[in-house]
Amino acid sequence: MARKILLEHIDVPGIETYDVYRKHGGYQSVEKALKTMTPDQIVEEVKASGLRGRGGAGFPTGMKWSFIAKPDGVPRHLLCNADESEPGTFKDRYLMEKIPHLLIEGMIVSSFALGANLSYIYIRGEYHWILDILEKAIAEANNKGWLGKNIQGSGYDLELRVALGAGAYICGEETALIESLEGKRGNPRMKPPFPAVKGLWGHPTVVNNVESLAAVVPIINMGAEEYAKVGVGRSTGTKLISACGNIKNPGVYEIELGLPVEEFLYSDEWCGGIANGKKLKACVPGGSSVPILPAHLLCKTATGEPRLMSYESLAEGGFESGSMLGSGGFIIFDEDQCIVRNTWNFARFYAHESCGQCSPCREGTGWMQRVLNRLELGQGNMRDIDLLAEINKKIEGNTICPLGDAAAWPVAAAIRHFREEFEWHVTNPEDAQKGNYGLLKASMVY
Amino acid sequence: MSTELIHTEKPSFSKEKMAEVQEIIKHFPEGRQKSAILRILHMAEAEFGGWLSPETMDYVAEILSIEPIEVYEVASFYSMYNLEPVGKHVFEVCRTGPCMLVGSDQIIEHIEQTLDIKVGETTKDGMFTLQAVECLGACGYGPMLQCGKKYHEHLTKESVDQLIADFRSGKLPNKEDK
Repeated sequence: MARKILLEHIDVPGIETYDVYRKHGGYQSVEKALKTMTPDQIVEEVKASGLRGRGGAGFPTGMKWSFIAKPDGVPRHLLCNADESEPGTFKDRYLMEKIPHLLIEGMIVSSFALGANLSYIYIRGEYHWILDILEKAIAEANNKGWLGKNIQGSGYDLELRVALGAGAYICGEETALIESLEGKRGNPRMKPPFPAVKGLWGHPTVVNNVESLAAVVPIINMGAEEYAKVGVGRSTGTKLISACGNIKNPGVYEIELGLPVEEFLYSDEWCGGIANGKKLKACVPGGSSVPILPAHLLCKTATGEPRLMSYESLAEGGFESGSMLGSGGFIIFDEDQCIVRNTWNFARFYAHESCGQCSPCREGTGWMQRVLNRLELGQGNMRDIDLLAEINKKIEGNTICPLGDAAAWPVAAAIRHFREEFEWHVTNPEDAQKGNYGLLKASMVY
Repeated sequence: MSTELIHTEKPSFSKEKMAEVQEIIKHFPEGRQKSAILRILHMAEAEFGGWLSPETMDYVAEILSIEPIEVYEVASFYSMYNLEPVGKHVFEVCRTGPCMLVGSDQIIEHIEQTLDIKVGETTKDGMFTLQAVECLGACGYGPMLQCGKKYHEHLTKESVDQLIADFRSGKLPNKEDK
């Protein structure tokens, strides 16, 4: 299933430069779109392709585009969300670093489809060096007439710019991103109005992930029908998966959706199995916000079906026994790892990244972090485990943006699947203080 | 740290830098110059001692024709900006889950011992500041740290020692890493 659609030419030397990129079929989708298609036809094509948002939510991209308001005389904008900050996720970085023109090409076609004449790539501040790569590529595209006024004689104008963040996970939420791009604190906005109606500077705006926009290129080139043949069911096309944690071959892989999880994890073509001859303990398959899966629920679902790398299959069983494809941040834990410690670590992340706007999230994430910390240090009690579940319920669904849910889900899932381990920290406080649950358990006779 | 005690010259971009700043402001439509604030704050921080003093923030407000409070509220929201003085080289070590799984705790501990500082502190000679930060998007290449623009990945205790030695001897940072 090693089918590369996005990264077909990723290993070609010099593919980051315009000349090499163009020689390998670069900017053909712009030619096709601008010369032979209307904006509405492109939207329909992307709808028909079944492409779903690659940033984590999985919302159909074409449908999102069709919501954009078109009031007379009001500019529209396309924003590329390159704020990649979900722990476990480093795929957009790879794409932008290695093949920046692919994103630019996708943005030209997508901006044309939306009727946007001024579009931005919002990139996280830590990726400062990628900003340099992107601006160099944009300058090349400008020089060759793929950006600017009257692109390739089509009459269509597009100005594309890169804007820099400054270290705030929350700016990956689309309305926080818009606030940030307006030069403000990244506090998510109340919806409605949705960005498609009132976004950047009050103008109709669409925000899409890097990979989603890049995927528009093969969709236009191949045609929606061909693209939709790749993948499985409603999970069409390919997905970039960033695999990390305790595996032999960490890295970014393009997979055809529908690849069995077992094959992805153990085949040498992909992750290569667990590092150092250890056993698999758990996996967070779609970035830190999605529920953790214990080893026995990763490669097979609760009903014994083989689990696939797809939106549907990873979610099979709901939150009881399933998880989510999310951003494609695939994090593997070996037998030596402590789930309580990791849950605390992620809780600390969300407490740090909460924007502070909604009380349930601002107070709740900090509270969960403190409770988890005392459990991890062997200073908690049994009541704390239920307390976490209670705090969880009070955050989930009670905040303006999904950061609250993202903070709550991993904790709930960890307790659901590894309750024993939490209880061990309470009943064995001395051992919990001495060291890591995984390591201690591995060396203990039970 | 009381800011009154720190006397700083009124910051001023060089003619060349100011041209760059004006260029960035032009990335946004007229009247939307405030949108350039994040990038200009990054530039100001790099130019004026690695941190944003009240004087620097006021200067940025002046450039963007906005109120100083609009700069303060942005500068205090985003974790990349230093609101207090830092060492010449700032080591930002990722401490989040995926890096922790491959040993970031041990790397942080090793740097603390080697430099004889705790997370959040600066060495007495002002050379290094150690910060523990949240996910930098290098999860497959951890443990890692960022210094300036540059990511240093696949860290081991030995490579960290080498890194510190290279900074001490002036071999690092390279021009483009700043």
